[in-house]
Amino acid sequence: MIKALFLAGASIAVGTIAQAGDVMRMAVTTSFHNSGLAEVLLPAIQEDLDLEVQLLVVGTGQAIKLGEAGDVDAILVHSKGAEMKFLEGGYGTHRREIMYNDFVVIGPKADPAGIADDGSAAEALQDIAAAEAAFVSRGDDSGTHKKELSLWSSAGLDVATFGGWYNAVGAGMGAALNTASGMNGYILSDRASWLNFGNKGDLALLYAGDPVLFNQYAYLPVNPEKHPHVKHDLAISLEEWLTSDRAKELIDGYTINGETLFVFNAQQ
Amino acid sequence: MGDLWSGLTQAFWLVVTLDSELVEIALRSLQVTLGALVVASAIAMPMAAFLAVKRFRFRRPVIALLNALMGLPPVVVGLVVYVVLSRSGPLGALGLLFTPTAMVIAQVIIIVPLIASIAHQSIRDLWQEYHDLLISMNVSQRQKMQTLIWDARRALLTAALAGFGRAIGEVGAIMIVGGNIDHATRVLTTAIALETGKGDFALALALGFVLIGLAITVNLGIHWLGRTEREGRW
Amino acid sequence: MTQMFPVTLSGATARRQGQTLVGPVDLTLDGGGTCVVIGPNGSGKTTLLRLLHGAARLSTGRIDWACDTELAHRAQAFVFQSPVMLRRTVEENLAYPLRIKGEPKKAAHAKARDWAARVGLAGLLNRPAPVLSGGEQQKLALGRALISSPELLFLDEPCAALDGRSMRDIETILTEAKAQGTKLILSTHDMGQARRLADTVVFLLRGKVHEVADAKQFFDEPETAQAKAFLKGDIVE
Repeated sequence: MIKALFLAGASIAVGTIAQAGDVMRMAVTTSFHNSGLAEVLLPAIQEDLDLEVQLLVVGTGQAIKLGEAGDVDAILVHSKGAEMKFLEGGYGTHRREIMYNDFVVIGPKADPAGIADDGSAAEALQDIAAAEAAFVSRGDDSGTHKKELSLWSSAGLDVATFGGWYNAVGAGMGAALNTASGMNGYILSDRASWLNFGNKGDLALLYAGDPVLFNQYAYLPVNPEKHPHVKHDLAISLEEWLTSDRAKELIDGYTINGETLFVFNAQQ
Repeated sequence: MGDLWSGLTQAFWLVVTLDSELVEIALRSLQVTLGALVVASAIAMPMAAFLAVKRFRFRRPVIALLNALMGLPPVVVGLVVYVVLSRSGPLGALGLLFTPTAMVIAQVIIIVPLIASIAHQSIRDLWQEYHDLLISMNVSQRQKMQTLIWDARRALLTAALAGFGRAIGEVGAIMIVGGNIDHATRVLTTAIALETGKGDFALALALGFVLIGLAITVNLGIHWLGRTEREGRW
Repeated sequence: MTQMFPVTLSGATARRQGQTLVGPVDLTLDGGGTCVVIGPNGSGKTTLLRLLHGAARLSTGRIDWACDTELAHRAQAFVFQSPVMLRRTVEENLAYPLRIKGEPKKAAHAKARDWAARVGLAGLLNRPAPVLSGGEQQKLALGRALISSPELLFLDEPCAALDGRSMRDIETILTEAKAQGTKLILSTHDMGQARRLADTVVFLLRGKVHEVADAKQFFDEPETAQAKAFLKGDIVE
């Protein structure tokens, strides 16, 4: 009986090694994945290109790292500074803007800091800091985290001086939203993650619309000169597809609860 | 409370309707874990028998080390395996990162010390019992190990089940080395982490209940198989 | 057949943790029939048997078999005072010594069934050995020792905890084995058993050989006062 078990186990172990044919890997940010857009795009890509795109859903920091190590064939992220560095290091062949969505400030419905009628993102953040209302920061070096930090500094505030009301949780968007929901605090989120988030509790969307909150997604194929094994051809055909009219239609047409999330802005 | 209840009902429906995605990730969980278990047992059990019968200078330190490694943090194992298997790591050329094989490797590293430690304890006790007889029969070192492993098989099954339990519920390491890729490396535990991240606690709980159910079923199944053995009476 | 006899012990000593268990012993056994080792508890009977079988380490001195020591040990078997039961069935226990010598499974098991009948365990073939009674376990141990046809069989107090009937069964098996040419070296503190089985007697006292004699002579006219006292049932130190 033990021998039979062993054989069964061994055959299973061997089975796991088997792999599919036309496959490429792309690192994407949690915020992109949480939007649910991937579930619309991936089947269409599979259909049009006969290409299985395996997504590694990570923070921007790790996505860049994966690209640098050659563990993925392309990355789709939203942090221009980090992207430019990636290119300067020669890790990517080029950067192609695909689409943008926007960040929103979420907070308790009661809005103790009174940000709902503010005129700019900077003002909203200043109000939160002044009220010392609980604020949850991703704190994970992700694109969203970097955006938040740049917003604080453009509001003339230094995160390092903040007191106990500022909570850097070091977690992904969903986990951070869970934390904000748990402590009924403010948080900066991308709109898609917020709309798809299932545990809203007492939170509400309080501020949005300032152009500085726009969030540009860009596609960067990994440089085959650095990593000869990457599937550069597949990465390029995926890029062509992502900037095609078909993609434009799907991206612009994607809504949650009737709200449009992304705006296609690739140069065709 | 509401989440718990809807998690339970959702779990029930997922199982009853044999939800295809659930079946896929549950099977992958089983595949990866059983694969790791087979490989780990094939390493750990001879190792345990060897440590029981062979006297060598560093035997005690090795046993102590093995016991200490039972508490190996999976996240660290995952990270090390990741770095080694990464394209820019020493074994990068194999292209194993983000495959089920990488997950099996990480789990093997996590459960070998556990299985070997538990197995060593029972084999050592049996060896004390058998020592005089086997020595008197001029049994070779290899035959000693075979005899001990075979006759301690019921205790070794317990050791293997402990390994299975640790592996099937593990998330830290396989999340890192597997990448939680849909239709490729997503398993029950990483799916639970993902759904929790999306704030969909009901679905996360449902998957959790399925995971617990799976673990219990496999345990009972193996125990039942063990008991149907005729000699399995002591 | 190896020619292992005569065996000579010269200054053979076993010391453990500063205590001398046996020795120094100078003794030659020519392997004529059955040798019974007697002596009070703690006189070193078990250790002497183990030294001869190579299951205990000599501290000083030497033991020389007529043939190569390794070959001699291989042609011997040992039955322990409390039998070691493999966690297997009776049949598998009996087949075990043959299987480790590479005998095919079928032949080994046929012989095992044959030997089970010879030692009176035919009805218990599929019983797990560890659940047998003391007498049954000792018979199984005996069968398992004899199945590989040893030229010399050591028995360390084989009937120490057994009832009269089991003892008789075991002595019958031993007598048969002896008739087939197996030499026996057996320790006991049952003088009746010693009288029934012995051809030669070795009388141990405080780890040393106190007297070696032909059985009849030893029991009728022991040479030393201690042997006389021991046979009478007095306490001897």
